[in-house]
Amino acid sequence: MKEKTAEQTRKQEQHPRTGAQCVIDGLVHAGCEVLFGYPGGAVLDIFNCLYDAPFRFVLARHEQGAVHMADGYARATGKPGCCLVTSGPGATNTVTGLATACMDGIPLVCICGQVALNMIGNDAFQEADVIGITRPVTKHNFLVRDADELPGILAQAFYIATTGKPGPVVIDLPKSVQKQKTLAVTPERVEMRAYRPDVAATPEEIAKLADLINKAAKPLFYVGGGTISSDASEPLAQLARKANIPVCTTLMAMGAFPEDDPLSLRMVGMHGSVAANYAVDHCDLLISVGARFDDRVTGKVSVFASHAIIVHIDIDRSAISKSVRTDMGIQGYVKPVLDAVLPLVKPTAHAEWIEQVNRWKARFPFAYPEQGDTIMPQYVIEQIYKVSNGRALVTTDVGQNQMWATQYFRYTRPRTFISSGGLGTMGFGLPASIGAQFGRPDDLVVCVTGDGGVQMNFQELVVAVEHDIPVVVVILNNGYLGMVRQWQELFYNRRYSGVMLSQHNRAPNEHVGESARYLPDFVKMAEAHGASARRVSKPEEVAPALAEAFASRKTWVIECIVSPEANVFPMIPPGAHVAEMINRTV
Amino acid sequence: MNKAKTDSEREPSTMKHIINCLVENQPGVLARIVGLISGRGYNIETLNVGPTADPTVSKMTVVVPGDAHVIEQVTRQLTKQINVIEVVNMTNRRHINRELILVRVATKNYAARAAIVDLASLFTARVVAVQEDSVTIQMAGNQETVADFLRLLKPFEIVDISRSGVIAVDRENVEVCERNG
Repeated sequence: MKEKTAEQTRKQEQHPRTGAQCVIDGLVHAGCEVLFGYPGGAVLDIFNCLYDAPFRFVLARHEQGAVHMADGYARATGKPGCCLVTSGPGATNTVTGLATACMDGIPLVCICGQVALNMIGNDAFQEADVIGITRPVTKHNFLVRDADELPGILAQAFYIATTGKPGPVVIDLPKSVQKQKTLAVTPERVEMRAYRPDVAATPEEIAKLADLINKAAKPLFYVGGGTISSDASEPLAQLARKANIPVCTTLMAMGAFPEDDPLSLRMVGMHGSVAANYAVDHCDLLISVGARFDDRVTGKVSVFASHAIIVHIDIDRSAISKSVRTDMGIQGYVKPVLDAVLPLVKPTAHAEWIEQVNRWKARFPFAYPEQGDTIMPQYVIEQIYKVSNGRALVTTDVGQNQMWATQYFRYTRPRTFISSGGLGTMGFGLPASIGAQFGRPDDLVVCVTGDGGVQMNFQELVVAVEHDIPVVVVILNNGYLGMVRQWQELFYNRRYSGVMLSQHNRAPNEHVGESARYLPDFVKMAEAHGASARRVSKPEEVAPALAEAFASRKTWVIECIVSPEANVFPMIPPGAHVAEMINRTV
Repeated sequence: MNKAKTDSEREPSTMKHIINCLVENQPGVLARIVGLISGRGYNIETLNVGPTADPTVSKMTVVVPGDAHVIEQVTRQLTKQINVIEVVNMTNRRHINRELILVRVATKNYAARAAIVDLASLFTARVVAVQEDSVTIQMAGNQETVADFLRLLKPFEIVDISRSGVIAVDRENVEVCERNG
């Protein structure tokens, strides 16, 4: 492999390449298997070279879809996602996708065309200040001024995207630089003076952490997305089982610890399990493993884990003590820290603590009101779990569908639950499922979405169909923007404003006639996009429809007409303590 | 264990922090630093940028008032930026800070001019330009001294003022008696 690189290097030295060719070579060098994107005037030179590229190109139908696909691919595989878009509107359309990836620490490299160097700042056609616009939503961005710098910048972009806390990197590439010829070659090693992501915990810190664990009577792991990006599920499970430490996870870490393990308390936070939230409230040692104390987890920060010594392991030092003051911060990748602490931790039964936690689990399972003739949305998720034998890779949109997907499916492997956690991006689920399936072609990929979210990027269904991507899109259609409606029901006296997708009983200023018709017809829409589709409205129809779709290995859309006003419980109101939890299961 | 945990629960503080950032001397780095601070709603009071002994490295000195915990968070996020080499909150260390100001003051008559020149000499400031109706004074000092001087100038009519922004260096091991306070 190395010889080949050296040979390539010599070849490149002899033949000057254009900037556009450097892009393709840089992507190949970084191991790109699939590039998602959309062409335009400012990237014509790159698309010309792309014609002969040895990797797959997937034409999205909107640049936001392209970025979410690259994101889904990255989350499913752990490899960086790659996308290519044009200048101006092409680049601005990526902003939501970049912000989604940035909040969740997902490695992406997004190459944006830009107008020629001498046109920048002239309000040229399809010009936008992409460096300025994307600065707060990327880990880093580069404006390339000279093709000589381009091979180095491409290598740096992948290095930055995939190391430290991963994140999206934008390369803004003027058209003139794409045409410029250079003899520069891809550097053998990336070295950056000011960016040193490989921080390791000290032996003293490891010893202190082990000591805290050995002395704790009621320890608890609070596991976040860093555990997945650091590939630390294995040492986490060993450590938890060795010292009998219960584990709760954030949304970003579903599957980082098997949810069918007796030590799993499942998700913590606003819509997490009662047991997980009680455990946080009662534990005497909270070990945060690559989690960032998001407000949807902590609720009222002043009383979060108020009886506990808080340890925070994170590669991102700025995350430590950001919202909750921690007693011990350890900066480092999660995996080496857990690996190092494992032999120093004594096997402990923690019998009393485990017993208490198990009582909570038994007393407060996730539960929903009994189902009559109308499908309960929670039931649909249970059936996805059942029919897929728990082996589905699930992507979600945001809101109720997302929360039910965490509560009624048990994730047992990392990278099998893909969801926009930090930014909460509607329209993420469908394109992310397509990207995930590109990365893991043999898995069963199911997109759980709502009738609101799915409409935000429905156009990408075409991509799934034309590439024979057998994702199964399950729409929980309750006729509402459900989570917003739930908040309006609970906190705004049921004044349903701007949340009705069905057309009856709307507020006076949203009234659109007497008919109770629902638009669009998702089945016709799916069929028009070339997918197979079915609408189910009775509970007994759900499992057979899922079974048919899962077995077909074709792109499917299953629209489930579900109980319109089902709510997600338990719910800790925003900024509240666990004691204020609302839990209505009947 | 009771801990003060949230921003809202802490004492509000308007303490001014002098933050030195060593950054790679590249386009866009200044915007990145400034954006990170202003994006959180903090107002930069002064900002100074200049090259260091190494021409590929620039030093930025930012003075920003704010809660100590938030400033700590900001410095960590600045440190995280790809082009940032080092960030130091000078306020927490033994340091020397200076600011240079150029101030033009109206002088309606001889008495006013004499009073202004007298005040300037008390601060070892220099008169660098004289016109019929104004004098321009160059004054340098640490934050407190500059503030004192400007306070004492208040009775006079300040026509124009330019400030360099605060710069700061560590005292290191040298024990120097800092003049002007």
